[in-house]
Amino acid sequence: MNSKNLTHLERLEAEAIHIMREVVAECQNPVMLYSVGKDSAVMLHLARKAFYPSPPPFPLLHVDTTWKFKAMYEMRDRMAKTSGMELLVHRNPEAEARGINPFDHGPLHTDMWKTEGLKQALTKWNFDAAFGGARRDEEKSRAKERILSFRTASHGWDPKNQRPELWNLYNARKNKGESIRVFPISNWTELDIWQYIHLNDIPIVPLYFADERPTVVRDGMLLMVDDERFPLQPDEVPVMRSVRFRTLGCYPLTGAVESTAKTLPEVIQETLLTTTSERQGRAIDKDSGGAGMEVKKQQGYF
Amino acid sequence: MGDQDVIYKVDALVAQDIDAYLDQHQHKTMLRFITCGSVDDGKSTLIGRLLYDSKMIFEDQLAALESDSKKSGTQGQEIDFALLVDGLAAEREQGITIDVAYRFFATEKRKFIVADTPGHEQYTRNMVTGASTADLAVILIDARKGVLTQTRRHSYLAHLIGIRHMVLAVNKMDLVGYDQSVYDAIVADYATFARSIGIESFVPMPISGFKGDNITGPSANTPWYTGPSLIQHLETVEVDAVADQTKPFRLPIQWVNRPNLDFRGFSGLIASGTVRPGDAVRVLPSGKTSTVSRIVTMDGDLDLAVAGQSITLCLTDEVDCSRGDVLAPADAPPQVADQFETTIVWMADEALTPGRAYWLKLGTQMVSATVQAPKYAVNVNTMEHLACKTLELNAIGVAEVITDRPVVFEPYTANHTLGGFILIDKITNATVAAGMLHFSLRRAQNVHWQALDISREAHAALKNQRPAVLWFTGLSGSGKSTIANLVEKKLHALGRHTFLLDGDNIRHGLNKDLGFTEADRIENIRRVGEVAKLMADAGLIVLSAFISPFRAEREMVRALLPEGEFLEVFIDTPLEVAESRDVKGLYKKARSGELKNFTGIDSPYEAPENPEIHVSTVKETPEDAAERIVDYVLSRAK
Repeated sequence: MNSKNLTHLERLEAEAIHIMREVVAECQNPVMLYSVGKDSAVMLHLARKAFYPSPPPFPLLHVDTTWKFKAMYEMRDRMAKTSGMELLVHRNPEAEARGINPFDHGPLHTDMWKTEGLKQALTKWNFDAAFGGARRDEEKSRAKERILSFRTASHGWDPKNQRPELWNLYNARKNKGESIRVFPISNWTELDIWQYIHLNDIPIVPLYFADERPTVVRDGMLLMVDDERFPLQPDEVPVMRSVRFRTLGCYPLTGAVESTAKTLPEVIQETLLTTTSERQGRAIDKDSGGAGMEVKKQQGYF
Repeated sequence: MGDQDVIYKVDALVAQDIDAYLDQHQHKTMLRFITCGSVDDGKSTLIGRLLYDSKMIFEDQLAALESDSKKSGTQGQEIDFALLVDGLAAEREQGITIDVAYRFFATEKRKFIVADTPGHEQYTRNMVTGASTADLAVILIDARKGVLTQTRRHSYLAHLIGIRHMVLAVNKMDLVGYDQSVYDAIVADYATFARSIGIESFVPMPISGFKGDNITGPSANTPWYTGPSLIQHLETVEVDAVADQTKPFRLPIQWVNRPNLDFRGFSGLIASGTVRPGDAVRVLPSGKTSTVSRIVTMDGDLDLAVAGQSITLCLTDEVDCSRGDVLAPADAPPQVADQFETTIVWMADEALTPGRAYWLKLGTQMVSATVQAPKYAVNVNTMEHLACKTLELNAIGVAEVITDRPVVFEPYTANHTLGGFILIDKITNATVAAGMLHFSLRRAQNVHWQALDISREAHAALKNQRPAVLWFTGLSGSGKSTIANLVEKKLHALGRHTFLLDGDNIRHGLNKDLGFTEADRIENIRRVGEVAKLMADAGLIVLSAFISPFRAEREMVRALLPEGEFLEVFIDTPLEVAESRDVKGLYKKARSGELKNFTGIDSPYEAPENPEIHVSTVKETPEDAAERIVDYVLSRAK
């Protein structure tokens, strides 16, 4: 046989690898944002494939908020070890000093730990390109962002002044101090991610699978009481429920769904049959009305 | 519609047998297409419908959509699918799509990526961008309006960018009572136009994005139509990646993988053709040959790789091969040239400057290139050829492109990867144009570089010096010539071989045909740069004293020379000081309007950002400055 029909996953994989190699070839100091979620797991796997047998020629960066699930920290340290890549962890010192947390500070929590923390980390290590696992199917403003998204020296994004991206030609040129955010899995959907994890047997945080976990219901969200820092209201008692997470972030901001899906095919089955979108479990998109994410991105959020 | 169940019976299978579903999903192929139409042709509504029908809209999104529809929708109380698709805040306010947005949906057979491209006139560049990755274009027509100027423009652009499959979707059939005669007249009208611009075939269909007619299956409202529904057609057309496999093997090298001394792999995305271990290959442009030994992946070696795959190849020999080179069959290599006829789509607010150097990126090759004055521009509404001197934002023209070194290429019609390029502004780094190579110009094919036996190193060694071009730049009357003369005298006294190129002297001879317009100034500097380069090749330390007001031109000369041999010397004199000196009385003439395009008065001076040497003439005497410059030149390692 002298030809073969590539499946959509094979083409998406080839596209992501091509993008990663272009950026490594044309940028001075790239880094991969690693948030420990399933999209990060796929990104890391793609990076290892892209540069095999070499290890990926860039470090992993975790912009930490100190409020991630315990299971995420365990996973993060394990994956850094097995991939042979350097793991950099940055926590915004100002947020740490002021004790910024999701319970008392609302949107300021995301702004200081994540948006400011990311800018600080990119500046501190002089990274001129940062790979991220955002997908265009997640959110409306992301559907229009380029694969290589150019940021000013102050990390601002101007949606009206994006570089046109033609064919698979990416323009990674920039002046000193400017940087680019790179989204190699822009064209993947949530289902593509799950299917790829399934086919490639990629390790993911156990929180994606259903288990009995201590939870409370607050503001219509099912929250997991992951550690003793969770301030319970007088009438709140954590209840053991069989739950899993569709998306992972800071545990006090991440809603769980009741589920019995304990295997990947079962999780995928639930995902396909579900009737709510993935990001609904996240409080961040609801902060500032319809254009929430677009405003955050202009301010420097990934 | 009963047929909808046939295409979207996903849920049932998912619920009953997830493993069977996953197996099926795993074998889907992928098609990318664009939708184009005018502002009110219903593009966003059609895409919203496709997402809705394939269950890509979730309840929470639907709830948000319903509330948005009531707030700012244009469909009364009904759901306005367009709002789902129009993402950015800015365009919500305007009510039109302003950018390329990508959307995703899947049927049982295929995953689809849709580029939603704008119909608004000023955004031609976005449509070209969206079309560049598409296998197919859906041209939408409002059945009430027929073929419009915009329809012609979108069809022309889709054809220009090489889309092989065209669908003519005559939309809003519900608003003309599903009248066949209306449909037939529009199709006949379009066919005449399509033939006239070289579109060989297209598939017409009567639809309603709003009502769902002929989207997933045949509509009862159009019994007279026997062709495929939109989805049926999208599911069965051949994708470009498959067609590309039958072409000769082409692998643009992106990155050399060298983890240790025992492994050297060449990584890239196969642009066309197929490759197997044992294949004889040639490295372009060097022409060296070798044989493929392995195709390496993390999941094990492959015995076949095809167009569209990202791979890493190993060769049996230690041949020179690096980023920008192209691997091809030894007996069917692509061409190599440095002058081309091209079509260019200009995408920046600042118009094309003919003769200015831009970066040209083609595949993985990045070279310095200049665009000649366009032969003509194309009026995208009438397809007429217009005389023009430059290309403005959204203009399309045919022009010659000259690159500073040979490029491995194929005509765009034969290979989009080796024929499509972008131009990048050297100062702002913005992507300013997209282009398509048609053919190389004969000049380039017949003029070969004369291989010289005495190399530039040999010339320099005999003179016992490292060549350099000291490029003095600054306002008229800033002191360039004075300081350059002092520097040359000092170097000469130290036994160095030098030559001074002075602005006025050159303009009396070599460049006496040039005036002072922006284009002439660029050509002036280009010629001086080439002369300086030849003299540096001869081993000389060249001093050039020209105003050279534009950064891009100075960077063009820098790019001509080996790293470290171009030394930019900024003679920094404030305008009022230079004007008060006015040695030649030129400022006086410029101020009175007698002299046009005078730098600093009515023509800009772009100061160097990082000059090798910065001389402030208000703080330093010419003598001291010259001494410092001589020290700098001589302290460089040989």
